Amino acid sequence: MSSGFKISNFTELRAQILSGTANRVSAALNKQTCSLDDLAALLSLPAEDYLPQMAARSREITAMRFGRTTQIFAPLYLSNFCVNRCAYCGFAADNNIPRKKLSLNQAEQEAEILKQRGFNHVLLVTGEAPARAGVDYLEAVVRRLKNRFAAISIEVQPLEENEYGRLFAAGVTAVAVYQETYDREIYKKIHLAGKKCDYDYRIATPARAAAAGMREIGIGALLGLADWRCEGLAIGMHLSWLRKRFWKTNFTVSFPRLRPAAGSFEPLVNVTEKNLTQLIFALRIFDPDVGLVLSTREEARYRDGMLGLGPTRYSAGSCTAPGGYSSNEHDGEQFSVGDHRTIDEVCATVSEKGFDPVRKDWDREFQK
Amino acid sequence: MLTITNSQFSSRLFVGTGKFSSAAVMKRAIIASGAQMVTVALRRVDLENPEDDIMSHIDIKKIHFLPNTSGARNATEAIRLAHLARAASGTPWLKLEVTPDPRTLLPDPVDTLKATEQLVKDGFIVLPYMNADPILALRLQDVGAAAVMPLGSPIGTNQGIQTALQVAIIIEQARVPVVVDAGIGAPSHASQAMEMGADAVLVNTAIAIADDPVRMAGAFKQAVEAGREAFEAGLGASSTTARPSSPERGRIGEQLDFIDG
Repeated sequence: MSSGFKISNFTELRAQILSGTANRVSAALNKQTCSLDDLAALLSLPAEDYLPQMAARSREITAMRFGRTTQIFAPLYLSNFCVNRCAYCGFAADNNIPRKKLSLNQAEQEAEILKQRGFNHVLLVTGEAPARAGVDYLEAVVRRLKNRFAAISIEVQPLEENEYGRLFAAGVTAVAVYQETYDREIYKKIHLAGKKCDYDYRIATPARAAAAGMREIGIGALLGLADWRCEGLAIGMHLSWLRKRFWKTNFTVSFPRLRPAAGSFEPLVNVTEKNLTQLIFALRIFDPDVGLVLSTREEARYRDGMLGLGPTRYSAGSCTAPGGYSSNEHDGEQFSVGDHRTIDEVCATVSEKGFDPVRKDWDREFQK
Repeated sequence: MLTITNSQFSSRLFVGTGKFSSAAVMKRAIIASGAQMVTVALRRVDLENPEDDIMSHIDIKKIHFLPNTSGARNATEAIRLAHLARAASGTPWLKLEVTPDPRTLLPDPVDTLKATEQLVKDGFIVLPYMNADPILALRLQDVGAAAVMPLGSPIGTNQGIQTALQVAIIIEQARVPVVVDAGIGAPSHASQAMEMGADAVLVNTAIAIADDPVRMAGAFKQAVEAGREAFEAGLGASSTTARPSSPERGRIGEQLDFIDG
């Protein structure tokens, strides 16, 4: 990759979004394919008046591409050790929480519980502590768990391309790595210590994972740190850049809104459900093929209401503390969830709403 | 009757099983479609689990089960999945899909040809999903494809037979059955393909995401039957100018007694 992805500063992005007018929104809604300018219009304030039309278009596109289905997955937290001090995160190194890293046997025990509950897609999560939970550890965990699941994804510290290659060979299908915020200034202010302070290394991570052959890359921003409209446009730019270079890779976008967590951090900006909804619709209309993830950070009422309107993937029955499935011990969690239902309860609602809760949409045979 | 290798099918509508709101709706839609050939993505089913939701809703005594390799991005993966499908299900039938671009899901011609050749040698009955490229259709048939499945337009787009010129050449040249797959968004598109002389069509999205998938499946059944009937009855040529439906007697060559004799 000769040149990396560069993002304009938020002042420029804001200017692009401010040029969005009702006419531009309306035009964007009637196009077969949307440009980044169209995305900017869909993220603009005037677009709020078009939410019903955006919902209809987003719903139509989602049905065409993904059908009447919603994929279901669960996170499996392996370790909450972390060397970073990210102001918003419960795992931050200076938070006084019980720290834990699962042994291979403990990880297997957690995995078995998720399997028994009916999960076939899992997301392995760690804080960033390479000395304790580095590639060797992750590789060993994946090799131990892979015969239980159709697909294993990871959300761990950014790695080098050859390290992603090792994990891909071990059976990892997908990598999620969120920029948290694309606003360089704010990024600097909230990442107080640790390797994560390096904005440029992080923003180049999805490309490294894709270059290593991963089937799917998840990007996103943590909402509540910077102007969400600009984050949305930045995500769209990142996505377009990645798509041009990695045409064999599937992409997903997540929209985690800040949740209460250990520490005393308050969101820097308020992102309402209405804002989140506009962001989801805008990205769906901009990119009909991107997978959109709505996690248990959001409340059941909201998640149920959004079924079929844009998101294509829901987590369920999540616990964000390592070992939380076998012990019911939620101390040391990353954040407290907003949707406390079990997988069966979530699936029952998905079905009631006229969608198929898909628990298996991959096969480990792809990567033998 | 449609014959593919040694199997005969009275229905010329194949259906896919993805994108349905539930396995129960899928089952009712399959029945309403009258389809005898049903394709299932291996990635969606748990072949080791007899209670798998999709498989337990398909009556494999009545319905020909056609596993597909959806998700494979190269020949190696597709071949591995094919062997897995045969080992688990016992059927050598396979809808080969090699789609390296997850966005358009357009088929890779090079790896599709490579995988078809290998799988035929391995004893599979291979129906490759392909772009509407007449030469590729010939090449696939030459390496032993049991049928060819050219696309009408990209999967899930409901855009109809955008590749009509190419599909017409494929139909004219092929020794094996031609099944128009992908992009068929309305019963009229299915009729069009059948009127052109396609041997069958495969429909999934248009049925699965209809407001009433069961009724839509029935509509496609009728459309496929009507289109085939019209093809067999011999469609008249089309013209851009009006022609009298009762030709005036003696007009043609009226001054030439060797014609108007």
